Parts: sequence; structure tokens; C-alpha cells
Amino acid sequence: MRELSVLQVQSAVKSLFTEICFRYPDDVKKQLEESMKKETGRAQSVLSLLLENEQCAKENRIPLCQDTGLAVVFIKIGQEVHFTDGLLEEAIHQGVREAYQQAYLRYSCVNDPLFERINTNDNTPAMIHYEIVGGNQVEIQVMAKGFGSENTSGVRMLKPAQGVNGVKEFVLDVVRQAGPNACPPMTVGVGIGGTMDVAAWLAKKALIRTNKQQDPRYATLEKELREELNTLNIGPAGLGGKTTALDVHVEYAPTHIAGLPCAVNINCHANRKGSVIL
Amino acid sequence: MKRLQLPLSKEVIRSLKAGEQYYLCGVVYTARDAAHKRLQELYDAKKPLPITVEGQTIYYVGPSQTAPGKIYGSAGPTTSTRMDAYMDMMCDLKMQACIGKGKRSEHVKELFREKEVIYFVTIGGLGALLQNCVRQVEEVAFEDLGAEKISRLTIEDFPVFVGYDVYGGDIYDSGK
Repeated sequence: MRELSVLQVQSAVKSLFTEICFRYPDDVKKQLEESMKKETGRAQSVLSLLLENEQCAKENRIPLCQDTGLAVVFIKIGQEVHFTDGLLEEAIHQGVREAYQQAYLRYSCVNDPLFERINTNDNTPAMIHYEIVGGNQVEIQVMAKGFGSENTSGVRMLKPAQGVNGVKEFVLDVVRQAGPNACPPMTVGVGIGGTMDVAAWLAKKALIRTNKQQDPRYATLEKELREELNTLNIGPAGLGGKTTALDVHVEYAPTHIAGLPCAVNINCHANRKGSVIL
Repeated sequence: MKRLQLPLSKEVIRSLKAGEQYYLCGVVYTARDAAHKRLQELYDAKKPLPITVEGQTIYYVGPSQTAPGKIYGSAGPTTSTRMDAYMDMMCDLKMQACIGKGKRSEHVKELFREKEVIYFVTIGGLGALLQNCVRQVEEVAFEDLGAEKISRLTIEDFPVFVGYDVYGGDIYDSGK
């Protein structure tokens, strides 16, 4: 058994959110720079403004975007870890609270979705996903998830007979509908399989993924989807161009003999994410 | 660099074409979902509004917090279509222009054409750069709404595209 103080988790969560709201992740920055080379005219000037925005955010310590998101936390806990010094969940919320207060991020969370909609004034609660894995480490992955893009996401329960084409049509449909609202060029997370909720969870995990797709069939699907999405002429800021999707990530899981659940979760060009292993 | 001074004259409004890029200077009022909802409630109850909408430009933004030593927080546009439900009221109050991102409903597009309201779009995610264009901030109303309160901003060289012009031109259709 390894003892780990929840205060370490709290401090890790705080530093991650403080960091990711002020810079593009390395992979995103590289993709934006590469896209610049392929574009001309208005699309190229929009991309150039986005890169300039990051420079400005870093130099002046101003968040990249005013929508600093709901705080999404994925935490993989090695089952040999024993947490001490309090409740893990409260520590995660406290890390979020301190980051949003001390880095002057926006409080974008309301207490009740339908009736009062009163701001919680510290951006908690975080949206937490727990996974128990082997070993004695804890991996924390976070996203500052803006809702311009989140609002354009969707789930469809496809029929098995619809297969690859059904998945492709649905992804294209969601992205077409999203258009400029999702702040393109976007990262598209696709979750296939499981139950409805598992597909949605996979789609969000897909957004945060940094490694390459291991399965060659899904890698091909990702490549084909990216190419097809980039013919839609939505382009940077939705003002036209060849760069609609910076990347497409697909995650998958076993499912029912009667089903082909498919979820699409969209993130804006910044795809603010970060991770740490404790 | 082509600058536009706010408020716009009728002549200038009629000269603008969807897809053109400009730099705005002058005064805008911030308002998004919650502020529009409150304005609508006051309007429906025939009570006085805390701002005069006539001839003004509304910017759909909810900034991040203002850090010490700064004038304003990160301040990029939010998705405009969420404000579509309030546009009959805003046009009745003679709003001159609004700034946001994304397409509007067909109803709003037609309404803007008929009432000669300009819809400017700017780039989502450009929060840090756009706050650099804010010169002065005055709090106006609905302080309790936090990021969603109404403020009066004086902006300088704020980059926008003409989204919808008064002839039905649409940057998202024709500008590509």
C-alpha cells in the first residue's frame, strides 16, 4: 500500500488548471502552425490571430479565452494507493476552487441547470471521472471545457447495420451543425460502443488523449474522418478554409449485439488539457 | 486598416458588406444570456431598462475576472444564437449593431435586414487579444450576475468582420 496525501492531488489539480488556461497544449500549437502553411487569405489570417492570441495570453497573463470552462477531471487511481489527509473528492474541488480564484479565471458553473441557475462563484463542482487501475500511481488528466463547443456535441444510437458509414455520417453531421459556434479548427472526440453514457465518456476521453491510435483500423477511420471533415469548408472561426478539424480521436468499447452507440464531443481550437502522474 | 467609429451613421450602415473586415472604435455594452433575460423581463413588465439600447452596439461577452493591475479580463465573443430569442425586443428598442460569433436564426437574419441592424462577428477564442482593445470599463447594471453583468466598454481597434449586412449578405454563406 502506498500512502498519498489528498493535498498532493489538490495542489496538482490547482497547478494544472492554472497552467492550461494560458497556453495551447504542445500538440495543438504544432497543429495550428502546420495548418497555417496549408491555408491562404482569411483562413490564414484567422490562424495567425489565434497564434498571436496565445502570445498575448502568455505575455500579459490573460486567459486565452474568457470561457475558462467547466473543470473536467479524469483520475486514474492505482488500487494500491491509500489516500490520507481527507476526502479525495473534496481535495479535487478545492484544487479547482483555488485555481479559478487565484488565476482570475471565469466562474462558469451554475448550481442548478434548470431552475435557479445561480453561479457557484468558484467554478466548482468539477466534473470528475474516476477509474481504478492496477499499480500504485495516480494519473490526473484535466480539461477546461468551454461550452461553445460542448453545446455542439451529440450522441446517436446507431444500428449495427449502419457500420462505418453510419458513424462517419453522424460525425460529419455533428461537425456541420457545429460550424462556427464550436470555435474551429476543432478537435473531434468520437466514442463508439458501450452504452449511451459510456460512449459519451469515451468521446470525452478521446479529446484528452495525447498518444496515437494503436488499432490500425481505428487509425484509418480517424485519418479518413479528418480528411472528410476538412472538405466541409467550415475553416478557422467558421469563415471558410481547409482546416475544420485539427484532429479526430476515436475511442471504442465492447457493446450490445443490438447496438452501435456513437458519441461526438467537440472541443475548440485550444483543446485546453494537461496531465500529471503522482 | 479600415476603422469604424461607433455609433454608426445610417449611411455607413448601408455601405457595409458581409465579409469585410474592420476595426471598431467607440462604445459597446456587454450583455449575454442572463442580462438579456432580465432586460426582457423588465421590457415585458413595461418597467424602465438600466441602459438605453437605441443606437447602441451590444457585445455578447462574459469576461474572465479582471486581475489586479489590469483593465479587463479575457474578452472574446460568445455564441450569438443563444440571444436570438431576445432580438424582437432588442430591435424594437432600436439596437444598432451587435457583436458575437456564429450564425443566427433565419428569423433574426430577416429581422436585422428589415430593421437595418448590423451583425458583426469576431473570432471565438481570441479573448486575450480582444481584451487588449478595451480602453475603459464602466459597470452599468446587474452587478449580481458576475461575468454576465452589463458593462460599458470603450474599445479601440477591435477587429470584426461584417457578419450580416442590411441587404441579406451573410459572411457564412458568401464570404468563403
